[in-house]
Amino acid sequence: MTQNGLSALVALSLAGSVAMAASGDRWSQSELAVLSSLRLSQLPAMPRDSSNAYENNPDAIALGKRLFFDARFSRNQAIACATCHDPARHFQDSRPRGVGLGTTARRTMSLVGAGYGPWLFWDGRKDSLWAQALGPMEDALEHGGNRVRFAHLMREHYRGEYEVVFGALPDLSRLPPNAGPLGTPEEKAAWSERDARVKQDISRVFANMGKAIAAFEKTLRHGESRFDRYVEGVLKRDTRVPSQLTPQEVNGLRIFIGKGQCVSCHNGPLFTDHFFHSTRVPPLDPARPDPGRAVGAIAVQQDEFNCLGRFSDAPPAQCQELRFMVIHDPALRRAFKTPGLRSVALHPPYMHAGQFATLTEVVRHYVKAPEMVIVATNSGHSHGLGSELNPLALSEQEIQDLVDFLGALSGSVVEEANY
Amino acid sequence: MTQKTAALLAFMVLTIFTACSTPPPPAPALDLSLTRLSKENRFLVTLVPPDGTIGIQQIQSWQIKLATPAGVPIAKALVYLNGGMPEHGHGLPTRPVVTSEIAPGTYQLEGLKFSMPGWWELIVAVQVNGMEDMTYFNKIIPVPAPGK
Repeated sequence: MTQNGLSALVALSLAGSVAMAASGDRWSQSELAVLSSLRLSQLPAMPRDSSNAYENNPDAIALGKRLFFDARFSRNQAIACATCHDPARHFQDSRPRGVGLGTTARRTMSLVGAGYGPWLFWDGRKDSLWAQALGPMEDALEHGGNRVRFAHLMREHYRGEYEVVFGALPDLSRLPPNAGPLGTPEEKAAWSERDARVKQDISRVFANMGKAIAAFEKTLRHGESRFDRYVEGVLKRDTRVPSQLTPQEVNGLRIFIGKGQCVSCHNGPLFTDHFFHSTRVPPLDPARPDPGRAVGAIAVQQDEFNCLGRFSDAPPAQCQELRFMVIHDPALRRAFKTPGLRSVALHPPYMHAGQFATLTEVVRHYVKAPEMVIVATNSGHSHGLGSELNPLALSEQEIQDLVDFLGALSGSVVEEANY
Repeated sequence: MTQKTAALLAFMVLTIFTACSTPPPPAPALDLSLTRLSKENRFLVTLVPPDGTIGIQQIQSWQIKLATPAGVPIAKALVYLNGGMPEHGHGLPTRPVVTSEIAPGTYQLEGLKFSMPGWWELIVAVQVNGMEDMTYFNKIIPVPAPGK
């Protein structure tokens, strides 16, 4: 245990039943334990992704950063990863739904700290940052590109940087300008005509692009917030440290970890349990609600770029999340990944399709815990869509205090310059 | 797993962990014993967690020991574990699997994970020699202690 850890533990032990911050806020020992677990300083080192052997390679990080901002990797030469994952906006886009060549079905998720969770996207249909990075590049509504075109571009513009990290690019001289398994009918036809070895070589270049982009994305970390400074001060019982939170924010924090039950799912230093929950958020189209994780689990199992696939660098034994993944469970129907809450107040709108414009609307949704939605399925049967929500008894002031507290989680983005 | 065992396990899990439109029941006084007789008193089941504090967000391997009520180990059984959080209406974030029998009556369970602190219920279903039975365990996963 580090000295900081020891002092925090000692502070907890000495606190007895209550501790008092500079402002006189009193917290019980069990509350202090929860507060302590939410501090940014409790975030462990970014977990290693054994499916990406290049993630700590400085040349891969530098290449990935250039690719991340390069709009040539799109059908209209105008869409880069950074278009939706805007560095000026915590690597998200502040739109209800992502907009590339068209409008996507879901809200763009921030990339900051994204390497901590086992599942990517709202439905977890990818199991690594590198596999995630590949999805939008071939999506007709996002970059709209194809992997043969990408390989040509890599050869034209990044050959040296690529080959330093990944070795020689394959011979592309006999390939058409455009071909891929997910493109236009013409591109699909051109792809299907290639032999399996060529397809594998091209797909490996594509996978390696993802690994380089992921290596860059893993350098993006959350900076400290007022909440973190507040808790550190409380744990040290440092009366000289002025309180970082207003009384309203402290009350909101008390609700967050108490009767609001927010901390159940929004736990740990990133305020997420990295899992999928159904909370009855109204679907954009009630006739065709987004199935969420119920489909995402099947998609990641079948994804050619998953941890167990041929382009992964991990031995199968290390693909534990995928091996032991829950696939068929009614609770996954319309379930979406718990988003982390760091800097949440800076970036409306909220929920998986930007359904709520403000955090107040979000909190009101949880207070109401709306009744089950009954939906007619294609088979003609009706079924209730479950939720894990229970109604909360919060006053208007308490709702506002909770929203105020969420504003104390804002911090900057830190790009670790370790390359 | 036979269809019957699978259906039984699925039913038990569904009964416990869904339909949460009502507020959660008050937390009962929980029996935290990790050795329990099965519902029909056919088996004695013991869960053996790994050493140390059980953390969240970590995939773990546990052992499940199976014996007769008199304590004689039972080998070559089919053993399944599922679970969830009764207060939150969701199941385990992973689907743990018994991958081997490492000694007669001692089964290796891989892939168990807890996604949040709190009260978790674990259900073990057993099938051996034409008999089926199941039992429940309660496990409290603590809030992570300060690490640094």
